Amino acid sequence: MAVSVSIPTILRTHTDGAKTVEASGGTLAQLIDDLDGRYLGIKARLVTDGSLHRFVNVYVNDEDVRFSGGLQAAVADGDTVTILPAVAGG
Amino acid sequence: MDGVLVIRRDLVEAMVAHARRDHPDEACGVIAGPEGSDRPERFIPMVNAARSPTFFEFESGDLLRLYREMAGNDEVPVVIYHSHTATEAYPSRTDVSLASEPEAHYVLVSTRDPMEHELRSYRIVEGGVTEEPVEVVESYMFAHTGADDVPDCR
Repeated sequence: MAVSVSIPTILRTHTDGAKTVEASGGTLAQLIDDLDGRYLGIKARLVTDGSLHRFVNVYVNDEDVRFSGGLQAAVADGDTVTILPAVAGG
Repeated sequence: MDGVLVIRRDLVEAMVAHARRDHPDEACGVIAGPEGSDRPERFIPMVNAARSPTFFEFESGDLLRLYREMAGNDEVPVVIYHSHTATEAYPSRTDVSLASEPEAHYVLVSTRDPMEHELRSYRIVEGGVTEEPVEVVESYMFAHTGADDVPDCR
């Protein structure tokens, strides 16, 4: 089962520069574990203490997963997952 | 990437006008440009979802639309700007810890003085801040950036 994952510039050091990679899983948590198996260290950039980082936005298709279950959000074959660090500051 | 931000005067004026308009809240936005060009071209003011004088954040849906649009145009965020409304135009600790575009020019506009603004540019890479000069030009055509319609003479 393949999900297309769009990788932001700052995480492309983990993916040998690839902008888009494929991964699998039924939930976002499983998908990130699968990604981390191939691109070691990427999970730590996204997840702390079992939750998504406050300033990392993850979308399944067009939906911010913050509003659809966070790491438990469902993903399916053919979905597109987009990871975008927040553009924020003080 | 040469340690200088070369930017058109109208884009500088647009950032300052946006900062003044949203004062005392922080204003924020992006100037996109062709990937690999380091040339800011398309001014995109963003809504500060935090609507705060001490914090800014692009709204999550806006952020997704912005990055999709840039990807579709082969653009990158050449400049990421925001304002400080009560302090100098220098990145705060929060700015540094959240900066996630190592190839962008981070432009800070201070509007604390009602008469005179301060505008400065930085690279923020892995927690390190490097200020760079800002070269304001009327057009990129003769600014050695490979520019507007006709390139520089070789």
